[in-house]
Amino acid sequence: MKAKLRDILKSQKVIVICSLILCVLFLITIFAPWIAPNEPIAVNLTHKLQQPSLDYPLGTDHLGRCTFSRILYGARISIGFAMLIFISALSIGLIIGIIAGYKGGWVDQLLMRFGDGLMAIPSLLFVLGFVGIWGAGLKQVILGLILVQWVYYARVIRGMVLSLKEQNYITAAIISGSSTWTIMKKHIIPNVLPSLAVMGTLEMGWAIMNLSSMSFLGLGVQPPIPEWGAMIHEGKSYIRTHPALMIYPGLMIMLVVVTFNLLGESLSERFGVKRR
Amino acid sequence: MSTYVLKRIITIVPIFLLTTLLTFGMINLSPVDPAEAYFAAAHIQATDEMLEQKRHEFGLDQPLFIQYVNALIKICQFDFGISYVTNKPVWEEISSRMPATIQLTIGSLLIAILVSVPIGFLAGIKKNSGIDHFSRFLSFIGASIPSFWLGYLFIFFFSVKLDLFPVEGTGTWKHLILPSVTLAFPLIALYTRLLRASVLENLQESYVLFARTRGIHEKIIMGKHVLRIAISPMITGLGMNLGNLMTGAVIVEAVFSWPGFGRLFIDAIFNRDVPVIQGYVLLAAGLFLISNLIVDLIQLYIDPRISRKERQYQ
Repeated sequence: MKAKLRDILKSQKVIVICSLILCVLFLITIFAPWIAPNEPIAVNLTHKLQQPSLDYPLGTDHLGRCTFSRILYGARISIGFAMLIFISALSIGLIIGIIAGYKGGWVDQLLMRFGDGLMAIPSLLFVLGFVGIWGAGLKQVILGLILVQWVYYARVIRGMVLSLKEQNYITAAIISGSSTWTIMKKHIIPNVLPSLAVMGTLEMGWAIMNLSSMSFLGLGVQPPIPEWGAMIHEGKSYIRTHPALMIYPGLMIMLVVVTFNLLGESLSERFGVKRR
Repeated sequence: MSTYVLKRIITIVPIFLLTTLLTFGMINLSPVDPAEAYFAAAHIQATDEMLEQKRHEFGLDQPLFIQYVNALIKICQFDFGISYVTNKPVWEEISSRMPATIQLTIGSLLIAILVSVPIGFLAGIKKNSGIDHFSRFLSFIGASIPSFWLGYLFIFFFSVKLDLFPVEGTGTWKHLILPSVTLAFPLIALYTRLLRASVLENLQESYVLFARTRGIHEKIIMGKHVLRIAISPMITGLGMNLGNLMTGAVIVEAVFSWPGFGRLFIDAIFNRDVPVIQGYVLLAAGLFLISNLIVDLIQLYIDPRISRKERQYQ
């Protein structure tokens, strides 16, 4: 047992390391209020633009807020909302993909052609347009990202359902009188979930990156809420004198996105799941 | 071959219709009343009468279907309406900003191709060598680095610290370098990766073995045959990525204060200038579709096997 575990650790180094980093990040998102040395939104103008010290491990920003605490809380926002986007898009994609794949016929045609139309517009552009028309704000950005994202899940799931439908055991289940709902729950969903988990890992990086891009443009998370993209937006005016304000949050975005991407890549290589 | 080209052109029409329907639906489902947005953007306190009159002027009192057909006819004439803020036609606004954005995108495409073709190709030929590891590193970093952050890093190192390039603005070729490289970075990552994978795949093909047994020089096999065919998925990637390039340009233009239509679009979002937003989205979608068409046609020219396959199906 021990030897086996060591084997796994050795052969799947990348997966193990990435998972460890992600675990630490998840712990940070959960325990941010206990780890952070200062309030992330407490303004203290007498302490503005300070160098790193014991009280402020990474210094302070132009309003005297603790950069380190803001980055910790930022993990909450970025990872939390990326999860929300991922889970919502996945649920919508799962439902629509299964309906399209299982029912077939005109329902399938209608849903998939609608998806084609959505995909003809570059995804971030669609989100920008959506936010433009519905107004800037976190809610709209998240809704927009979910709206462009479910199509990819739906397509993959539909493809999987189509090939599963041909399997003998599904036919057997139909003949033996299982209801459609039971077939879904017992046979189809458990079969598509592993691939979706791999896909989802790759999509998390995408969601975090785009959410922070939107916040950077001033369309997503609004100040004073700490979010990495918004922090870069606020820190950019001090690039000449205090570049650290913009460097740290960017490093965090990169670290998280690289980790998710590497993990997703390794998992998809390991389990033979195709990227979109 | 000409029937294939014709067929490919015709498939664009329904997809573009769908996108117009989507944008139209998005506007009509939104809680924003165009008449109210119009007066809000112009900073006018509107009375109910004025709103009513504006709604009539915009044709909002007509049935939805008629509104859509009218909008469609106008779009076909490149008439996207009039900007609420500047009161100029949207098309005029966008086309006046177009050269700056085109300059930027062409610059970054050139950089991306010049960097990724040699690296991707060599990485594919010499698998697991130093250059191969470098290419894998490059494609990972390039895909994961937020472009707005990269832009500021460039500004910090090359403009503030080394004073090599201007921080922002346009004018000389020096202004173009930093924004183009920033925009090119994710493309370099993608193209290097695509080309490497495709070279590796092609080396397994029987035509390479055949050429080798005929005693053709390795350099000729690689340069003339493998590279020519292996580059094909990269060209598809190029077409698929033009949309990302356009949204990437929005962010890069914001970082470097580049006066292209990305900036116009961001301003329009903040002002709720619905016609400009709609015009930009439709135009970008149209450009995206057309560029994909062109890419397909280029591929047809480069890889003769595609047209042969098409003929078999007919």
